[in-house]
Amino acid sequence: MESKLNLDRAKIDGCRRAAAAAAGRLHSWINNYTTTTIERASARLLGVDGVDAAGVPLPNVLVEKLKQAGLLDRGLVPWMARAVLATGKEAREIAEAVAAGKVDVSAIPACPEARWRELADSMADGAAEKIAARREERQKMLGRAARPQKPYLYVIVATGNIYEDAVQARAAALQGADIIAVIRHTGQSLLDYVPYGPTTEGFGGTYATQENFSIVRRVLDEAGRETGRYIRLVNYCSGLCMPEIAAMGALERLDMMLNDAMYGILFRDINMRRTFIDQHFSRIINAFAGIVINTGEDNYLTTADAFEQGHTVLASQFINEQLALRSGLREEQMGLGHAFEINPAMEDGLLMEIAQAQLCREIFPRAPLKFMPPTKHVTGDIFRAYLVNGMFNLVSVLTGQEIQLLGMLTEAIHTPYLSDRYLSIANARYIFNNARHLGEELLFREQGRIQTRAAYLLDQAYSLLQEIETIGLEAALEQGFFADIKRSRDGGKGLDGVVARHAAYYNPFPALFLDRAAAWGPEGGFLG
Amino acid sequence: MKIDLTRIKAYGDTLHDGAVQLSFTLPVPAGDEAREAARQLALRMGLEAPAVTEMADLGAGFSFFVIYGRCPHSVDYTAIKIPKQQHRVMTLKEVNALIRERLGRKVVVVAACTGTDAHTVGIDAIMNMKGYAGEYGLERYPEMAAYNLGSQMPNAELLAKAAAYGADAVLVSQVVTQKNIHLENLTELVELAEAEGIRDRVLLIAGGPRISHELAVELGFDAGFGPGTLPNQVASFIVTELLRRRRQ
Repeated sequence: MESKLNLDRAKIDGCRRAAAAAAGRLHSWINNYTTTTIERASARLLGVDGVDAAGVPLPNVLVEKLKQAGLLDRGLVPWMARAVLATGKEAREIAEAVAAGKVDVSAIPACPEARWRELADSMADGAAEKIAARREERQKMLGRAARPQKPYLYVIVATGNIYEDAVQARAAALQGADIIAVIRHTGQSLLDYVPYGPTTEGFGGTYATQENFSIVRRVLDEAGRETGRYIRLVNYCSGLCMPEIAAMGALERLDMMLNDAMYGILFRDINMRRTFIDQHFSRIINAFAGIVINTGEDNYLTTADAFEQGHTVLASQFINEQLALRSGLREEQMGLGHAFEINPAMEDGLLMEIAQAQLCREIFPRAPLKFMPPTKHVTGDIFRAYLVNGMFNLVSVLTGQEIQLLGMLTEAIHTPYLSDRYLSIANARYIFNNARHLGEELLFREQGRIQTRAAYLLDQAYSLLQEIETIGLEAALEQGFFADIKRSRDGGKGLDGVVARHAAYYNPFPALFLDRAAAWGPEGGFLG
Repeated sequence: MKIDLTRIKAYGDTLHDGAVQLSFTLPVPAGDEAREAARQLALRMGLEAPAVTEMADLGAGFSFFVIYGRCPHSVDYTAIKIPKQQHRVMTLKEVNALIRERLGRKVVVVAACTGTDAHTVGIDAIMNMKGYAGEYGLERYPEMAAYNLGSQMPNAELLAKAAAYGADAVLVSQVVTQKNIHLENLTELVELAEAEGIRDRVLLIAGGPRISHELAVELGFDAGFGPGTLPNQVASFIVTELLRRRRQ
């Protein structure tokens, strides 16, 4: 891509080096730990699903029992392999027996490592085959489907009731949406379990459950067949159960996951150690499943000032990129996030938005950038909101963004009505079509306002990353480098779920998924 | 132009023309029948001469309409009484000077989004150092100790923290209003505060896009602030009310 911003390549390389060093420091300890949700995700991958008589998910029951018995630090998979050898039953049946009190987790006999390990690896292979099959299925469907023009149109549904979501998702798909997210129930990120079965009562969104994933997947596949397209499904791989949601999404062929390395720390006050450990495991699953992640830098700009904090978005994108690479994600799977949140009352604010969007585009040329719509300065004035969303769409098509989360004219009023979504799609289609090749025709003036702003953002991001390289990411989060939010190392929720690994800890999934993800062909087929 | 304030009507381009616009969706596919259904619905709303100016098919058996019509109803503007906060809105400097001179101690404010609500835009606008629309937030007030406790804070924990900090005022933001969850949450906070016997010791203040002063007072709060509220408006209320209570 030709550069329009005349960026200093040495500074970009410097940013990457600093971010890589910061990511490397985290990775010096991440693999010394596991978490309760990583072990629960492993149980899910082995086929454990369902709930006990009290409604507690079986993965939670099992992990809790192993924890009480002091066995969790060796990993759930070795125990499960021994249990299968001892009982001749399947993983799910064993979990049910444990929940029913028929099997005491301490009573499973030891056996030679070579024996349980062989079984553990073959069980893991079985799980990998299931996920690979879903990925290949996606590749095939993408191959048959019409290839939409970018930016892809991304809308949300958020009724709280999965059956109502399915109706709305179908309508949105028929209206032309390429990507549909089912917004999650607003409190789910802080639940240390994943609810089970179809759900009809959520606030601000709908619970992420495996059955809910499957219901909307089916509806979108149907809508895709009717229209000769492939409709991408999104959910939220965030909160206290990142790895489990990744496992569920991989099994149900989700296509995208909100999956940021630091979002939970900053915006949900989840403990940072827990988050860094969980994000790695969840991203390994997403990498292997061919899922495109979306990162959450846009959130920095709703909390802090978008004009003053623009460089923190860029710095965080570098960190997300470097952490994602360590989890096996390819650049083509990194939907790095940013947002159109500069106060619309600002003189030349549009130029500043163009500078930031073009900057992301040039620095992350292979990443399917996710551009988030204005929310912070949207009021109940739907007419103004519709106009500002038009400006947002114009910047997107001008700067080659790829995943366009459409702004809703009723953003400040309610979760979108059917017609709000229709109007947002009409807005984007008009502008994307009407200004399709504008970017190819426009250059930015040397040392003009846009180039100057981009250079300034890069400079600031570079200084910030150098400081982060020196003090470490944990200290940076403690000092409020991102979103003006300070988080302490041992504070936040979920630290009690972090478990130091025993020397005998074993989990076959990370190495297996990383190897297999690396072996996928270059065609990827992530976004088409 | 003489306007009869006892009988005001919507205004398009001529006094008393009653012109209004609306849009809605019907769960039927677009077509002649759908257009007529939309027109009849507008008639039943009481609109005169409704015109369907736009019909669009939304797919999946839904259609969308834009309608213009004339609303024959009028209201008596002179008979309207809205309870309003009576305090004077002061600047950051004035608020701090008043606290220094008249109260002689720091005013402690704690704030949070309660229940499952994770949307901190409103509370951040009031609390964060930077504030909103050029107006600094309460964290910037030298005579205030302001604690932003963030999102998804259970009511009981918020009150416990308020007691621990010795709060003069508790600010609660509620953005998610689906199925009126915000009303339940706000009511629960008042009930908890009363049950714990601390209701009289703190100012309870609610804020959010669907909150009005009238609604907040009805729910048992001391004040409510709607969309577009600036930090100094909240600060002015807090200090004015604290001084008023001290005089009593």
